[in-house]
Amino acid sequence: MGSDTAPLSLNVPEPGCRPGDTPDFSDFEIPRAGEVGRPEVDVDPDSIREMAFSIVRVLNKEGDAVGDWAGALSVEELREGLRHMLTLRTFDARMQNAQRQGKTSFYMQHLGEEAVSCAFARALQPGDMNFPTYRQAGLLIASEYPMLTMMNQIYSNAEDPLAGRQLPIMYSSKEHGFFSISGNLGTQFVQSVGWAMASAISGDTKIATGWIGDGSTAENDFHAAMVFASTYKAPVVLNIVNNQWAISTFQGIARGGVGTFAARGHGFGIASLRVDGNDYLAVHAVAKWAAERARLGHGPTLIEHVTYRAGGHSTSDDPSAYRSKSEAAAWPLGDPIERLKQHLIKIGEWSEDRHAQAEAEILDTVISVQKQAEAVGTLAGGKAPSPRDMFEGVYETMPAHLIRQRQEAGY
Amino acid sequence: MAQMTMIEAIREAHDVAMAADDKVVVFGEDVGFFGGVFRCTAGLQEKYGKSRCFDAPINESGIVGTAIGMAAYGLKPVIEIQFADYVYPAYDQIVSEAARLRHRSNGDFTCPLVIRMPTGGGIFGGQTHSQSPEAIFTHVSGLKVVIPSNPRDAKGLLLAAIADPDPVIFLEPKRLYNGPFDGHHDKPIESWKKHPQGDVPEGNEIIPLGKAHIQREGADVTVLAYGTMVYVAEAAAEETGVDAEVIDLRTLMPLDLETIVESVKKTGRCVIVHEATRTSGFGAELMSLVQEACFYHLEAPMIRVTGWDTPYPHAQEWEYFPGPARVGEALRKVMED
Repeated sequence: MGSDTAPLSLNVPEPGCRPGDTPDFSDFEIPRAGEVGRPEVDVDPDSIREMAFSIVRVLNKEGDAVGDWAGALSVEELREGLRHMLTLRTFDARMQNAQRQGKTSFYMQHLGEEAVSCAFARALQPGDMNFPTYRQAGLLIASEYPMLTMMNQIYSNAEDPLAGRQLPIMYSSKEHGFFSISGNLGTQFVQSVGWAMASAISGDTKIATGWIGDGSTAENDFHAAMVFASTYKAPVVLNIVNNQWAISTFQGIARGGVGTFAARGHGFGIASLRVDGNDYLAVHAVAKWAAERARLGHGPTLIEHVTYRAGGHSTSDDPSAYRSKSEAAAWPLGDPIERLKQHLIKIGEWSEDRHAQAEAEILDTVISVQKQAEAVGTLAGGKAPSPRDMFEGVYETMPAHLIRQRQEAGY
Repeated sequence: MAQMTMIEAIREAHDVAMAADDKVVVFGEDVGFFGGVFRCTAGLQEKYGKSRCFDAPINESGIVGTAIGMAAYGLKPVIEIQFADYVYPAYDQIVSEAARLRHRSNGDFTCPLVIRMPTGGGIFGGQTHSQSPEAIFTHVSGLKVVIPSNPRDAKGLLLAAIADPDPVIFLEPKRLYNGPFDGHHDKPIESWKKHPQGDVPEGNEIIPLGKAHIQREGADVTVLAYGTMVYVAEAAAEETGVDAEVIDLRTLMPLDLETIVESVKKTGRCVIVHEATRTSGFGAELMSLVQEACFYHLEAPMIRVTGWDTPYPHAQEWEYFPGPARVGEALRKVMED
């Protein structure tokens, strides 16, 4: 059979930079800080379509806070935000190391993404519920969840609130508005919409937030969440954390070569925008805007947090096998901690000395908490949860067959 | 007491639960304004309003996923999957999320949820309107699995499922929606309105989960069945003259092992009947449990009468469906040893 057309070929997107290449982000369009205006919270999603193709930014290169989205936080709150981000980074570094020392089986860092969850948490109210992925521990840190409890979970020791049943970092705290983390990607995105629908059904004033990474937007539950959020106008803020990488897969495999992740909201009539994920002030301002929009019954918002996964995917990953080692340093939106620090120094509310002192104090605290947790036990030794515990909580009341199995196991 | 079809009994269970507790919400494809393709939710939206009973987009994972979020909030969702054959897109949400939420969060979050779905064949439903997927749920720790066989049980078990603090898969044999069916497809169908088990108690009377019902007492052989097969087994016993004890399991998880073991120890023989395909079907679990518990009481090898290990066909409906002739043959055979 002859054909008049050339043979077809499959398009498989490739990142611009592989190991050994020089990173090049010159195609990455970044608007100036302050350039994207702040619409009213009851805005018609159709009228802000261009926001899904731009980036809300507050901090400029010089460290000034500029534009409509600036001014939402006091100096005290900014210093607190810096402390939360430093705490998360220090916590990460210590836990990453603890994994290398065999004290836990697994860990995942937030390096470079600290602003996203730390700033977002401060825009919510008590009673709101986050449906996080495994990379939003800043929601807990910034909600003053006890660090000791986090470490006990990571060490699966006798004080682990999840009784040793869950992989490290799969935290859960209803009290702190942090839904139980699951290993299955995307599932919680649609659950957040259901939680928000329940709040609306109940005539409540609480809102939900859904979280998903760039790679997981390809999961079916991303689509399901968008459909249900749109149909029922659910009071939910749907967050895509675009850190450019899904393990070894660059974001172009999930997205293709066109549009943005935020633009996916357009087809659903959801207010959709992008924010500089390394700009604490911008993330907080946008989160507050979306939360208020949801709380006032104006419907869901989709936020794409544009950031960069500076660390490995997990302790089981070596990113130098698939991307350039210098890529994180070349990332044009910089480092969230450095940028907030620069801003506070610029406005005369911080200094290099105070920063060094804060870093030292935080490190002391984390080490001291770590000692407490390790005194209870780690995966390598010490006090462990009872094996009896694995049979508990499968159902509210243990059925006969599980009682038999527990006895068979010797407990 | 009132005579009802299974459809009316299921509708009534929703009504009773929704009246008693405003946390009960009902949704699924076509369940709202229209009242469901099988009428199981008819009139509920009009009576309780759109925020309590509403139509959902055609997305099973979305239906179950949002319901899990609602359950975590504190509501009691009773949701419908239009056919059990279409539950697979929601399998991740059911297995990885609903079933495990209590365990993985150490009780911090729970998932009191009922997932209703019409199941089973015998209606010329072909490949995707006839399946019996119970075994893919009984294999999952954290789920309860219920399958009623008559209006009285349907109402009482559904009310129990709604009251239950854990996720319940509630399978409704659609072949039994309007009347009992013994597999004799050439005979006219009797309505539940003339059947003793169509007599449904008023009000909020539950039938506890995990309790089997002895549908027909007998001394020769124990037949383990559920759903439509309960009536097929009953007919087979009458037609063969084998004095079979027919046990309607009603709940597959947790299973009423006590009733099963007591019966098999009495009869010394066991036939297991289900519509679902044989290999790794729930019958395999039943056979293993009976073997473990009743080995020295067994006088003959156990026999399984099941759907064949093929997709459910259309034209060959009655060659596939385990009817009274095949069950009768098994009853005779098990008595020969």
